[in-house]
Amino acid sequence: MADIIKIALVGNPNTGKSTLFNLLTGLNQKIGNFPGITVDKKIGYCKLSSGQQAEIIDLPGTYSLYPKSKDESVVFQVLADKQNVSHPDLIVVIADATNLRRNLLLYTQVADLNLPVILVLNMTDMAQKEGINIDVNKLSERLGVQVVAISARSKTGLDDLKQAIAHTTRIATQEKGPDMNMLAAEAIEEVKAMVGTDNDYYALQLLHQHEHLDHFAHQYDQFETIEKNHHFETSKLQAAETIARYRYLSTVLSGVIEDTGAVKKFVMSDRIDAVLTNRFWGFFIFLFILFFVFNAIFSWAAYPMDLIEESFAWLTTAGHENLPPGILTDLFLDGVVAGLGGIVIFIPQIAILFAFISILEDTGYMSRVTFMMDKIMRKFGLSGRSVVPMIGSIACAVPSIMSARTIESWKDRIITIMVAPLVSCSARLPVYTLLISLIIPDTKVLGFVSLQALTLMGMYVISIVAAIVVAFVMKLIIKAKEKSYFIMELPVYRMPRWGNVLYTMYEKSKTFVLEAGKVIIAISIVLWVLASYGPGDRFQTIEKKYAQIELQKDSVQISTLEKDKSAEKLENSYAGILGHVIEPSIRPLGFDWKIGIALITSFAAREAFVGTMATIYSVDSGDGNEGTIRDKMRVAKDANTGLPLFTFATGFSLMLFYAFAMQCMSTVAVVYRETKSWKWPVIQLIYMTVLAYVASLIAYQLLK
Amino acid sequence: MNLSQLNPGERGTIVAFTDLEMSVKLMEMGCLPGELVEVERFAPLGDPIAIRVAGYQLCLRKSEAAVIIIS
Repeated sequence: MADIIKIALVGNPNTGKSTLFNLLTGLNQKIGNFPGITVDKKIGYCKLSSGQQAEIIDLPGTYSLYPKSKDESVVFQVLADKQNVSHPDLIVVIADATNLRRNLLLYTQVADLNLPVILVLNMTDMAQKEGINIDVNKLSERLGVQVVAISARSKTGLDDLKQAIAHTTRIATQEKGPDMNMLAAEAIEEVKAMVGTDNDYYALQLLHQHEHLDHFAHQYDQFETIEKNHHFETSKLQAAETIARYRYLSTVLSGVIEDTGAVKKFVMSDRIDAVLTNRFWGFFIFLFILFFVFNAIFSWAAYPMDLIEESFAWLTTAGHENLPPGILTDLFLDGVVAGLGGIVIFIPQIAILFAFISILEDTGYMSRVTFMMDKIMRKFGLSGRSVVPMIGSIACAVPSIMSARTIESWKDRIITIMVAPLVSCSARLPVYTLLISLIIPDTKVLGFVSLQALTLMGMYVISIVAAIVVAFVMKLIIKAKEKSYFIMELPVYRMPRWGNVLYTMYEKSKTFVLEAGKVIIAISIVLWVLASYGPGDRFQTIEKKYAQIELQKDSVQISTLEKDKSAEKLENSYAGILGHVIEPSIRPLGFDWKIGIALITSFAAREAFVGTMATIYSVDSGDGNEGTIRDKMRVAKDANTGLPLFTFATGFSLMLFYAFAMQCMSTVAVVYRETKSWKWPVIQLIYMTVLAYVASLIAYQLLK
Repeated sequence: MNLSQLNPGERGTIVAFTDLEMSVKLMEMGCLPGELVEVERFAPLGDPIAIRVAGYQLCLRKSEAAVIIIS
C-alpha cells in the first residue's frame, strides 16, 4: 500500500465540489457557480486525522460518465485507466442533498466501476431548511458504502469526512447496481473476454467510449467489430441504462428521503430572476452592471495607482541621485525599475476586475447572462455558452479559450476560440488607460459619469462588436454537420463566498505580475540595450559633434542640448533603426518610429507597450528622469513634424490597433493546443493583424 | 403536445422524446418520462426557456423543448 492515498473528487456541476476541494486541501483555486468552471486538472494535498497524506484530484463536474463535452471526458479517462497517473485509490462522489436523485445517477455509474467509493452529501443544511430529511444511515446501508453528510459552505462535517477517508478499505464494498449485462449481454461478454475483466459495466463503458482511452488504441478495430456484430446502438443503450438506473434509485431512496414540502423552495431565487432576467429590464441591468464594473476599475483604482506611479517616479529620481552613475545604474533604473513600474501599476485594476468576475460567477448571475444572451449569440454563430469565454476574455483570452471546452458543438467552439482574443483583455487595459488619460479630458458627463470611463467602456464595446461581426462571418464560412445544443442548469442564487473573491484577486494579480512580469522585464532590458547602443561608431560621432558645440555655447543652453543629444542617440540606436525600418508602413496610421518600437515589442505580449514607452522616453529624456510616463508622453513630439505626438487621432488609432491585433504569444500557443493544428492560429493571426491595420488606418485618416 | 408550446406557469408531465440523442442528455439531467415539468420563464428574447423539473431549474432552447412530448 502506498503511503499517499489518491482520491478523486467526482460530482455534478454546482454541487460545491470545488469548495470542498479548497476546504480539504487549503490550496485554494478559482471556483464558480457556473457549470463546468473546473476545467483543468487540479490537485491538492491533505493530511488525514491518522497522519496519512492524501492526494486529491478535482475532476470536472459532470452529470454522467458519458461525456457531453471535451472536459467531461476527462472523468472517465481518469477513472477507467489504471495506468493513468491520477487513477485513484478512492473515489469521493459529492452529491447535492437538495437534489439527491439526479445527483446519485452519477454515483451509481461510478460505483459500478468497482473502485472504493465514499458518498458525500453536501448542502445538507440547505436541504434541511427546505424540509428535506435524509436518513443517512439507511442510505449507507442500502448502497453499501460510507455516506457522510457535510456542508462545505458552513464548513461542517469535514472531520467526519476525513475520518471516513482514513477508515476506507482498499476493497470496494458497494452493493451491485442495476443489472447492466442485460443491456447488451453478448457484446459485453466478448469485451470481458477480450480485455480480461469480470466487470459488466466496465465492459459496457468500453464499448461506448473506448475511443477516449489511448491505451486501447491497438484494439479499436476489435471493439468496432464487436459493436457491428451485435448491433450495438450507443444512444439507445445509454437511454435504457439511464432509465434502469433511475428506476433502481427510486427503490433505493424510498424511505430514505422524506420531503415534507413544508417550505416553499426557490422563492428567493425566483424573485431575483423575475427582476434580473426580466423581459424589459434584463439587458438594462446587465449593461448597468458592466458599466459599474468599468467605472469601478477606473475610479477605485485611481488612488492606489497614483501612489504606485509616484513611488516609482520617486524611486527612479532618488536612484539617479544616490547611486554611482554608470551603465549598470542606468540599466537598473531605466530598464528594470521602469519596466517593473509599468507592471505593478496595473495590479489595482486587475484585482478589481477579477473581484467582479468572481462575484458574478459565484452568485449564479453569469449563468443567467448565458441564458439571456443565447438567442442573440446564436444569430452570430455562437451559443449562450460562448458568453462566458467571451466575458472571461475581458480578463485574459488564454484561460477563456481553454474554458471553451465546455461548448459541446465543434463549430460553436471553434468560432468562440477564433473571436475570443478580439475581446479586450486585461493586458490591453494598461494601454487603454494610459492613452485615454492622454487624449480624453478628465471631465464629467451629466455631472457624475466620467468621460474617461465612458471611453474605456466604449473600447470594450467596440471589441465585443468586432468579435460578434467576425463570428457571424465565420458562421457563414465554416461548415459543420452536427447540431449545437444548449441544455444547462440554472443554479439558485447564492451569496458570493468572499474568501474566494479575495483569493481570486490575489491569485490573478500574482499570476499577472509573475507571468507578464517575466516577459516585460526581459523585454525592458533588451529594449534598454537596443535603445542605448547603436551600430558602428555612430554614438561616438554624436558625442564628438555635441562636445564641439558645447564648447561654443554657454551653460544655460547646455541642458536643452543634452536633450537633443539623447534624442539623436536614440534615433541612431538599434531600436531607433528598427523603428525607422517599419515607419513607412505605420505612418498612414499616425504612428512614428518610437511607437513602431512599441509595436514590435508588443507582438510578443501587448503588456509590453507601457514598459516600452517608459523605457524609450526615459532614455530619450537623457539625464532628466523625473516625472511619470504619462507626463513624458504628454510632452512627446512627433519625430517628423515636431507637433505633439499623442493627438486624439493618433491615440485613438493606436487604441484600435491594440484592440484588434493579435499581440500575444500565449494565445497563439493555446489556440494551437486546443485546436491541435496550426491552421486556426495562423488564420487568426492573419485576420486580426489585417483588421487592426485597416481599422487604425480608417480611424486616423478620418480623424486627423 | 410538446414542451415548447407551454407558456410560463403552465405544467405538463413528460411522456416521451422524439429525438433519441437529445433524450439521453435530458434524462441524465432528470427529465424522465413521468416527471412533472413547469415552464418558469422565457428569456428576454423569448428563447431559451427556463423550466422547473426534478427539483431544480434547467434552461433549454425552444427547439430542444420541442422534442419533449408532454401531456
